[in-house]
Amino acid sequence: MSKISIKKMDLYYTDFHALKNINMEIQANEITAFIGPSGCGKSTLLKSLNRMNDLVEGCRISGDILLDDEDIYDNDYDVNLLRKRVGMVFQSPNPFPMSIYDNIAYGPRTHGIKSKAKLDEIVEKSLRGGAIWDEIKDDLKKNALRVSGGQQQRICIARALAVDPEVLLMDEPTSALDPISTAKIEDLVQELKKKYTIVMVTHNMQQATRVSDKTAFFLTGEVIEFGNTEAMFSMPQDKRTEDYITGRFG
Amino acid sequence: MSRITRFAVKLSAFLTFGILFFIIGYILLKGIPYIKPSMFEFEYTTNNVSMFPAIVATILLVGLTLLVATPIGVFTGFYLVEYAKKGSKLVELIRIATETLSGIPSIVYGLFGMLFFVIKLKFQYSLLAGTLTVSIMVLPLIIRSTEEALMSVGNGLREGSFALGAGKLRTIFRVVLPVAMPGILSGLILSIGRVIGETAALMYTLGTATKIPDGLFSSGRTLALHMYILSSEGMHVNEVYATGVILVIIVLLLNGLSTYLGNKLTKGR
Ligand SMILES: Nc1ncnc2c1ncn2[C@@H]1O[C@H](COP(=O)(O)OP(=O)(O)OP(=O)(O)O)[C@@H](O)[C@H]1O
Ligand SMILES: [Mg+2]
Repeated sequence: MSKISIKKMDLYYTDFHALKNINMEIQANEITAFIGPSGCGKSTLLKSLNRMNDLVEGCRISGDILLDDEDIYDNDYDVNLLRKRVGMVFQSPNPFPMSIYDNIAYGPRTHGIKSKAKLDEIVEKSLRGGAIWDEIKDDLKKNALRVSGGQQQRICIARALAVDPEVLLMDEPTSALDPISTAKIEDLVQELKKKYTIVMVTHNMQQATRVSDKTAFFLTGEVIEFGNTEAMFSMPQDKRTEDYITGRFG
Repeated sequence: MSRITRFAVKLSAFLTFGILFFIIGYILLKGIPYIKPSMFEFEYTTNNVSMFPAIVATILLVGLTLLVATPIGVFTGFYLVEYAKKGSKLVELIRIATETLSGIPSIVYGLFGMLFFVIKLKFQYSLLAGTLTVSIMVLPLIIRSTEEALMSVGNGLREGSFALGAGKLRTIFRVVLPVAMPGILSGLILSIGRVIGETAALMYTLGTATKIPDGLFSSGRTLALHMYILSSEGMHVNEVYATGVILVIIVLLLNGLSTYLGNKLTKGR
């Protein structure tokens, strides 16, 4: 059984048909990469998986998205619980303007954890999970905006881990970062897939080949090709995929 | 060409500052020598020309106005930015209403307050009538500054909070509000400044009684009103300046506080 299965899904922004008949099975403990040119709908599909699209006025979805065989767009599906199970890391780091500790504790507190000891434990565990504990363990009271961009992004990853999610969505998590921070996050993602299911949007072909197990190639709202990353990059089935990954594309 | 422009810019900067310093300096020079302990006696008489009742009335009026206008204004601002559909009819309507309200001269508010609160609702000249009138007057200011403070909070923060499974209320109170707070506060302080400096809207609503107001339905006079009346009576010109000194100091302090909070807002982003 797939962790997430997307069936005959269509998405409209008011009149604009942004995603067309998407079918995809995302497996647990794998890294699935979304690649494709700008504006082809990668972020849109990603945001559909934790219903962040609900916040966009005029956004309509048809078809099914199942998480562990349950339709997340069901009327009585608890959106907040969904977002706890399916965490998200954004393109530009967006730590809250509060201490590093409070950033990490924000999610657990949201979901009702009050005990100081328990929170301390979660904060340490999450920061370790985000591969940033050693760098900032003495600065937990420091404002999260006062650390470097790469550190901020790992704090955001740790913040997402703190609510104990099952799936982690990442929208170009390294595009705003320098190569060293990028390498750190790529290593981290490899590590994280042991525990989590990861879906990652990237503009960087090398990154997709380096980290992902499966790759989906998007073009103008359609998934042109979806399959094993290695197979796809060595032997693309579709001419358009080949053009894109060999850089012969617009 | 550029030399002329530079000169013009310098001249106008100099003039603006010069005039400000001149006014403040003039009032201080004329007023400070006449500040006497007797002007702070508990009761006003034509002999001591005490401004103490006026100070109390000012504080009461400011406090009550904040009590009435802050919740309405701040909630409206929150509604417009966080809840209302962008570009909906209702939002347009509220925008037009607030913009129109902020363009109306304060004497018109005074007139309305007199006809409606004082006469129609039979509040008489009273703290209540005055409070309600100036509350309506500062409402647009509070709504506007709340809106701006909220809009300056990046959407990334809201999304970050929602993505962790937080609801709308928690997101607003824990993430948005702390960032927007300095901006909202500085709007409130500007409103206080307007209330303190107001005379036209209060003359025929709060009235001009010289005693300390002893209830919502009791009349009184604020410092600005006190000054206005003393100077129009023409008997206590020196005391007018002395009162002016106190008023100017209060307004300057408030403006300083507002600038300070404003800076904090832009830095926090
Ligand atoms: N909120 C919105 N309202 C209307 N149209 C939108 C909205 N968000 C995205 N779109 C449109 O939907 C299409 C897909 O956008 P999306 O952000 O998913 O692309 P993307 O593949 O993530 O691109 P990029 O690589 O530039 O991030 C684009 O044409 C975009 O203009
Ligand atoms: Mg995108």
